[in-house]
Amino acid sequence: MTAKLSAPRPAAGPVLLLVATRKGAFILKSDPARRSWKTAGPMFLGHTVHHLVLDPRDRRTLLLAARTGHLGPTVFRSLDMGKTWKEAARPPAFPKAAEGQKGRVVDHVFWLTPGLASETGVWYAGTSPQGLFRSEDGGVNWATVPGFNDHPMLAKWTGGEQDGTPDGPKLHSILVDPRDARHLYVGMSSGGVFESHDQGTNWRPLNAGCLADFLPEPYPEYGHDPHCMRLHPLAPDILYQQNHCGIYRMARPDNRWARVGSSMPKNVGDIGFPMVLHPRDPDRVWVFPMDGGTVWPRTSPGGKPAVYGTRNAGKTWQRLATGLPARQSWLTVKRQAMCADLHEPVGLYFGTTNGEIWASRNEGAKWACVARHLPHVYAVEAAELRAELRP
Amino acid sequence: MKVLIPTPLRSYAGERHEVEAAGATLGAILEDLDRCYPGIRFRMIDEQDAIRRHIRIFVNGDQVRSLGTSLGAADEVLIVQALSGG
Repeated sequence: MTAKLSAPRPAAGPVLLLVATRKGAFILKSDPARRSWKTAGPMFLGHTVHHLVLDPRDRRTLLLAARTGHLGPTVFRSLDMGKTWKEAARPPAFPKAAEGQKGRVVDHVFWLTPGLASETGVWYAGTSPQGLFRSEDGGVNWATVPGFNDHPMLAKWTGGEQDGTPDGPKLHSILVDPRDARHLYVGMSSGGVFESHDQGTNWRPLNAGCLADFLPEPYPEYGHDPHCMRLHPLAPDILYQQNHCGIYRMARPDNRWARVGSSMPKNVGDIGFPMVLHPRDPDRVWVFPMDGGTVWPRTSPGGKPAVYGTRNAGKTWQRLATGLPARQSWLTVKRQAMCADLHEPVGLYFGTTNGEIWASRNEGAKWACVARHLPHVYAVEAAELRAELRP
Repeated sequence: MKVLIPTPLRSYAGERHEVEAAGATLGAILEDLDRCYPGIRFRMIDEQDAIRRHIRIFVNGDQVRSLGTSLGAADEVLIVQALSGG
């Protein structure tokens, strides 16, 4: 199945920010100029929400990945922009293990990715511990992807569940090639980047050139820690990842990652969680560096938060901190908590671990805090309201 | 038999704190509950049939840990959620 790629028209009108937090979900809505914002919510107050995503195919359906207090993982679905919700009839769950064998248990659903426009109702979910699930009915029923979840190498790829992030090992960055619905990428922390050309039946590592300095072999085939990986929608052979060990770019058919973060200022480094792409220019990306030194504080380097952007695929980087706190600000931006809208100029947004949402309506040139005192932010997704502005 | 539902699970049971369920074992009771209130079992029991970490189930005041525990019609099942965290 192939699809012809077309450049999205720049959007206009209000933007929605879908905010997932440790204690519920919120929706921020802008005015058409993106100058003022109103916060609605909380939804699912007290539940851990890792991801809230609008279906780009209908601009109406919301899927929300929740860990309902202490009651385990699930997915909720809304057909009316969050006014009412219904839980998945069959949430993501690993297959029951054979008698006498230890089976895996989904701790939380971490990542949601809609299928292509040609795949009505298809969604993918990534979980902690690392698992891949697929729905073909809009998120009502979820099935294991056995080619991945039962892969004989999975335990070796991931290093086991003790090797994950502090909040548990995760499968994230589920990417669908917009030209071919059978061509999938996933990222695993830990595990690395993996690729399938047959809709998840077979997988192979895609980590050549990427450093894993926490392993005995610094450039292994797998075992890496990609934090966030993005594929450019107009140039799907170009991938970027913010990795535990730097910022990387891949331009296929060259199947090696090149460390483009080496050109970041040395006192800032190129460690971070999120990776954001310009919707129309594959050479432009933004990152949010964090302190990855010594014991990995994961805070803004020197207490001075800043976005860094490149206009030339990582050859040079520009600090974009106007309006952000100038000192004594020790926030962190998680891997799903930074995004771009489709406007011209592009709007950039990020949410922080101390419950703030920051917005820039001019590609990072100037920042303003548009919400504060929210719970610890896990994810921020920008969505356009008007159907005629779809890409 | 009578089953007492904790507050976090009452949205599945029509906000009732006490419901009736039938079955000869704890596992059968929970299956019956799930037939009446879809989704409630998975909130208590994971995909490997283990009781979730913060769920406690008592029968006539005694904690039980096995879904194979035999039950009688006069028994009372109390489901408790132990809350913790910050």
